Amino acid sequence: MSFLEVKNLEVSFNLHSKSLKALQNISFNLERGERLGIVGESGAGKSVAAFAILNLISRPGKITAGEVLLDGEDLSKLSSQEMRKIRGNKVSMIFQDPMMTLNPVFTIGAQMIECLKAHRKISKSNATKIAIQKLKQVQIPSPEMRMNQYPHELSGGMKQRIIIAIALLMDPALIIADEPTTALDVTIQAEIMELLLDLCESNNVALILITHDLGVVSQVTQKTIVMYAGRIIEQGPTNEIINDAQHPYTQGLINALPQQTLPGEKLNQIRGSMPSLQDIPSGCSFNPRCDFVLDLCTQKRPEFTQSGGCSVACHMVKAMKDAEKGHSAHE
Amino acid sequence: MIAFLINRLFQAAIVMFVISLLSFSIQDNLGDPLRELVGQSVSEADRMELREELGLNDSFLTQYFRFAGKAIQGDLGTSYFFKEPALEVILKKLPATLELVFGATVLIIVISIPVGVYSAINPSSLFSKIAMGISIIGISVPVFLTAIIFIYIFSVELGWLPSFGRGVTEHVFGTWETGFFNLDGLLHLLLPCISLASIMLPLFIRLIRAEMMEVLQSEYIKFAWAKGLSPRRIWFMHALKNTMLPVITVGGVQIGTMVAYTILTETVFQWPGMGFLFLEAVNRVDTPLIVAYLIVVGAIFVITNTIVDLIYGLVNPTVKLVGEK
Repeated sequence: MSFLEVKNLEVSFNLHSKSLKALQNISFNLERGERLGIVGESGAGKSVAAFAILNLISRPGKITAGEVLLDGEDLSKLSSQEMRKIRGNKVSMIFQDPMMTLNPVFTIGAQMIECLKAHRKISKSNATKIAIQKLKQVQIPSPEMRMNQYPHELSGGMKQRIIIAIALLMDPALIIADEPTTALDVTIQAEIMELLLDLCESNNVALILITHDLGVVSQVTQKTIVMYAGRIIEQGPTNEIINDAQHPYTQGLINALPQQTLPGEKLNQIRGSMPSLQDIPSGCSFNPRCDFVLDLCTQKRPEFTQSGGCSVACHMVKAMKDAEKGHSAHE
Repeated sequence: MIAFLINRLFQAAIVMFVISLLSFSIQDNLGDPLRELVGQSVSEADRMELREELGLNDSFLTQYFRFAGKAIQGDLGTSYFFKEPALEVILKKLPATLELVFGATVLIIVISIPVGVYSAINPSSLFSKIAMGISIIGISVPVFLTAIIFIYIFSVELGWLPSFGRGVTEHVFGTWETGFFNLDGLLHLLLPCISLASIMLPLFIRLIRAEMMEVLQSEYIKFAWAKGLSPRRIWFMHALKNTMLPVITVGGVQIGTMVAYTILTETVFQWPGMGFLFLEAVNRVDTPLIVAYLIVVGAIFVITNTIVDLIYGLVNPTVKLVGEK
């Protein structure tokens, strides 16, 4: 049994008596201390997947099927009170925009201490000690002084460090980081990512990193999931996905990296854009944007095919694999 | 803090100067004060003499500076009707009005915060829908009509509550005459306070609900949920404090406006306060009293807004009061 097992997770949003599926058939495993990247364009359902793990989907959305097993316990079935004991404790989250994540009217200290107090009986002075120690861990200069400061007195990078410190307060086993560096300066991004990686490694914390930056994924994670229109379309070991992507969408994402283009050349891009949840194409949802589209692609949704360590949902990949198999059988 | 207050005092002086200039300039346009003073039987020659004696023939500016010089020393002229210093007449009626405004403010705070918060947390609940419906009615019905309906229902038909006056009052702290410390006084306060609150209350319920709903969507509230905090702490600490910031600002202005609304409420309930007195003064063309009223109300506006700014500075750490380091 893995530390975290997500099985056939489905999230729907009920809008005007119509039910839109924001996530379908999401399944993956994560071991303790393992790092997983979830990539995809905006609207692929990456953040919804992250929030669904903590059962934090806000109305009108809700988990309509599947399981989220954390150490064998199904989080999606817990009462809101039991769920509260998990959040910020065993599993904590880091949000996208540090400018918006901290409450502007409370001091850093207050926002850290309340989190400790929510999860265990602890005196204020002990909580303060732990908070300061965590601030030191994320390399905040003069942490004692920061405790009494308000968020607006700190820079964006500093705030994201504090948010990471808050995420670490209860020594979680899993951190879900939803695009933790997207809103930061490029110069700060690498620092924050390195800090997060170091802390996860030294404390044996599992990490789910949601991002659209494939470069970061390749440096930080061991496993990668590629999402498109609310579904997983390819998953496997990160190095295989980066170096030998099978799905045309993953290939497109990798080709779109600026490093793949010579100076002076036009940057590659995937034509078209992500469909809205209201009109997802039939068959493979990527088919209108795919360069290798077959007749089958518009008719039937592809099943997962094993290719090396990866599983890929693509008719073309399956056809190629089948041909290979047939070929070797002939020999 | 001190620097802020000094700064505020300076601003207040300018505001009060403008108010005094405006209210004084009304004086010349409200009919002939002599007619109120002496009646019909005095001859034209005597009138001219009296006019000269009172300085009513001087230029506007001369008259204004004479008025302002006295006003600074607390002398706003003598009421034609009461034959007493106008300021004293007003201040004697001030406690009654302030009690009315205070009662209405307490009602607004005690009702609007829980109702607004509840209907923001449960926007589609039946209670929330009913509250929103009633608040629309409350906003649209004018105070005097609400007051008359209340009198009809609770005084005339049911006979539960008195329909006019302050009832039994006691003297506390020397001169302060109050109805707060006995049942009869409180019962007399109830209907006028509810009527006065009926305009502002729905406004505040809607304001708090709208602000709170917006705050509940914010990232820091989502983060608070992700930290595993209790719903009570998230709603009443994290969300409410941010919700109250704009509400405090609006509230400060509205308390001042409510002092003005007391004119209607006091008239309907025959409440012996400043507003009632003001309306009488207008009917009698008692100009010194009108001027004194306007200046006192202006001062109340300035004072409440200063207090509200101080409170806002305490609640919102991103705001620094002028002059603060």
